[in-house]
Amino acid sequence: MILEVCNITKKFGGVTAIKDTSFSVESKQIYGLIGPNGAGKTTMFNIITGNYEPTEGAIKFHGQRIDGIKPYKIVHRGIARTFQNIRLFKSMSVMDNVLIGFDYQATYTYLESIFRLPRFFGEEKRIRKRALEIMDVLGIAEFADELATSLSYGQQRKVEIARALAANPQLLLLDEPAAGMNPNETQELAELFFKIRDDFDITILLIEHDMKFVNHLCDRVMVLDYGKTIFEGRIEDAIQDEEVIKAYLGDFKHA
Amino acid sequence: MDILTFMQQMVNGFSLGSMYALIAIGYTMVYGVLRLINFAHGDIMMVGAFLGYTFMAVFELSFPVTVLLSVLISAALGMFMDKIAYKPLREAPKISLLITAIGISFFLENAFTVFAGGTPRPFPVPDYMEQIFDVSGVIFSVASITVPAVTLVLLLGILYVLYRTKYGMAIRALSFDIKTVNLMGIDANTIIALVFGLGSALAAVGGLFWAVNYPSVEPMMGVLVGLKAFAAAVVGGIGSVTGAVLGGFIIGFTEVVVIAFWPEMGGYKDAFAFVFLILVLLFKPTGIMGEDLEKGRF
Amino acid sequence: MNNTVFTKDRLINLAIIITTIWFLWFAQHFFDEYTIRIINNVAIFIILAVSYNLINGITGQFSLEPNGFIAIGAYVTAILTVDSEAMLYQYDIEDPYPWVLALQSNFGWALFFSGTISALLALSLAFPVFRVRGDYLAIVTLGFGFIIRILAINSPEITNGSLGINDIPEFSNLYWTGGLAICTVLAVLNIIYSKFGRAMKAVRDDEDAATAMGINTFKIKTMAFTTSAFFEGIGGGLLAALLTSISPDLFTFFLTFQLLIIIVLGGLGSTTGAILGTIFVMAGLEYMRFLDEPINLFGFETEAMPGMRMVVFSLILIFVMLFAREGLMGKRELKDLFKKKKVNK
Repeated sequence: MILEVCNITKKFGGVTAIKDTSFSVESKQIYGLIGPNGAGKTTMFNIITGNYEPTEGAIKFHGQRIDGIKPYKIVHRGIARTFQNIRLFKSMSVMDNVLIGFDYQATYTYLESIFRLPRFFGEEKRIRKRALEIMDVLGIAEFADELATSLSYGQQRKVEIARALAANPQLLLLDEPAAGMNPNETQELAELFFKIRDDFDITILLIEHDMKFVNHLCDRVMVLDYGKTIFEGRIEDAIQDEEVIKAYLGDFKHA
Repeated sequence: MDILTFMQQMVNGFSLGSMYALIAIGYTMVYGVLRLINFAHGDIMMVGAFLGYTFMAVFELSFPVTVLLSVLISAALGMFMDKIAYKPLREAPKISLLITAIGISFFLENAFTVFAGGTPRPFPVPDYMEQIFDVSGVIFSVASITVPAVTLVLLLGILYVLYRTKYGMAIRALSFDIKTVNLMGIDANTIIALVFGLGSALAAVGGLFWAVNYPSVEPMMGVLVGLKAFAAAVVGGIGSVTGAVLGGFIIGFTEVVVIAFWPEMGGYKDAFAFVFLILVLLFKPTGIMGEDLEKGRF
Repeated sequence: MNNTVFTKDRLINLAIIITTIWFLWFAQHFFDEYTIRIINNVAIFIILAVSYNLINGITGQFSLEPNGFIAIGAYVTAILTVDSEAMLYQYDIEDPYPWVLALQSNFGWALFFSGTISALLALSLAFPVFRVRGDYLAIVTLGFGFIIRILAINSPEITNGSLGINDIPEFSNLYWTGGLAICTVLAVLNIIYSKFGRAMKAVRDDEDAATAMGINTFKIKTMAFTTSAFFEGIGGGLLAALLTSISPDLFTFFLTFQLLIIIVLGGLGSTTGAILGTIFVMAGLEYMRFLDEPINLFGFETEAMPGMRMVVFSLILIFVMLFAREGLMGKRELKDLFKKKKVNK
């Protein structure tokens, strides 16, 4: 069990965004958080990444509690994320965006960079090489020096994923990675995620709407509606579940 | 020091605190709706004072008429500033707005220096303002009563507008979330203009009162006062009108009382507001009224 | 050509540096005093602008700190380089404290202390400000500048109050100013082209995303701010040794405003822009001096209007913000102009 979400409740003032929700993700699983808009999925992400503190409950990563730890430290522990509305660094190239992910791993100091001491060169070379490897897997290495926002939407998504992978996470949180893609692209993306899961030895937790995509990709899912769990289990069972079908008003017909 | 002198200082403190409060309200309201520190706001106070000087010393109008005209023109100036300089930058990165604000502030200060000269001009304080009466040893001037009284009335007026009128509700909604307000069919820009107008009007009143209490008017007079007023707004809780007033009084009182007890600190008087600011940022960044502006409130 | 040490980029940089050093030597020997003074001034302002750009332009944190730290640097250098006799003679308001008299050092160390003390002060300011949402940096630094002036005026035993410190040994020559300018530019560029510079830009572009990528944004902002202060302190020291006479009135907000205009016009976020902006603005201020004097317009002579220059400059600033926000270079550096498609604007 790499991630345990234990009885999380989150209230914003008078509004309960998430109510007593629990699930756990096993190592190398691909786990889906699904549900209608506003169901609390992104809020759950934000709690895992440390942006919000849960009103009640705990989050455990590798058995240790991470709720209440500062977001940037949680990244160092091995959790990285992408955003629903792609948030790349607008002024920087694709390479520089990905290099940001390596920030923690590059071991040279401030003074070493000012005086251009050997360790600076060694580390920069190492992380750039690694960055290109990651970009290669995602098929965007050719765009390394381009301005990140000049790429197409689909390619920008990949840059975001590359950037998150650069942080060397054990758990990758993807917020609607297939948004805005056509069926061909989502098929490709699913294959890509399988590859990433295997090549990088990584666990994936994702939020998604596209049920076909989820069905193809995920091992297990948690279905949320208005902050409450209406199903947790294998994807095969999810699509047969009455409550789930009701919540999705027959979206599963297309799955 | 005896109780009488202390009481005297309290009276002075009330006066000074009121003026800081009036200017602080404008800062806090603009920050509330735009998340912008309007550096030019302190200079509006100066403009108000200069308008007062012009109308009274040059055109020899009466004080009440002067106040009315100065306030109206200053309000218009504030709205004009928003319209030509801040509104076009609504979608721009915040730093552009801040730089523009500094630019406007600097422009106002220097424009007035060029056209009115840097030498301070004596403000013609109306006689009735200077009348004093003695209440068991404590000296009150009409001004020292009028200023806090008017401030209180204006504060209540602003609170009434904010909590009991449609426009006020829109202003408060705007400080929560600018996008929602647009979706609700209220024109956010009109509301923002209103905020600038109100804030500038209050700053002008503050400037006029300042001129009455310290009867000299010069182009740089708004600089330090503005800085302290913003510190007051932060101390009281940025985004909260009541907080701004509280902060204003705290700083005003501290300045007066500390100098009264320790006159040798005189040269450091202007540093107190800054010290308060740092302390608040260190220990309670949301200020006294304590609203986290991610869920903003007035 | 697989040369990893002598790359084309580095050779070009080396050539630029050597040319500049040669130019400094040439100017120091052959130019007249007035021109040398201007070049000294420009060099110092390049140091100031390039470092101010680090916190404002690269890290995107709006700060108004320069006049405060420049003042500190200037006073530290002045106190350290003016000898005790001269101090006792000058300090007219009060006698200087014994420790003030005792503090003596050579120019190099004086500059070092100027920079370091500024940096330490910046560190202590950074803590309360960046811990919070950082919006208050501008106001706190604005206030800080005021406080420094107040302290300078009210501590005559240390600073000789409003009279200021005079007869500072004129150590600043083109080698010091130009040399340190080169060092500052190199240091800042090295920072920018490293993981720290990338992190600073990330904080500027999207602070929340930067945090989500594991960047300690508080630390990065503090590093940028402290570094800016360090070089501003050194610039202040050089200024003191150039002007040979400093007083609290030298370090008003106007100084910060000048630097702000410089980096905005040059392009917020571009070091090359800061350098170009310095030359442009310094030349412009000189050129516009006529605005402060009586002007002869078609036979009408207007009165002298001190402050008109600044009115024009503030209008230029507002204009640039509204219509040409990127300034001259935007966020690009000189070498980016030579890359064809791969623009970093």
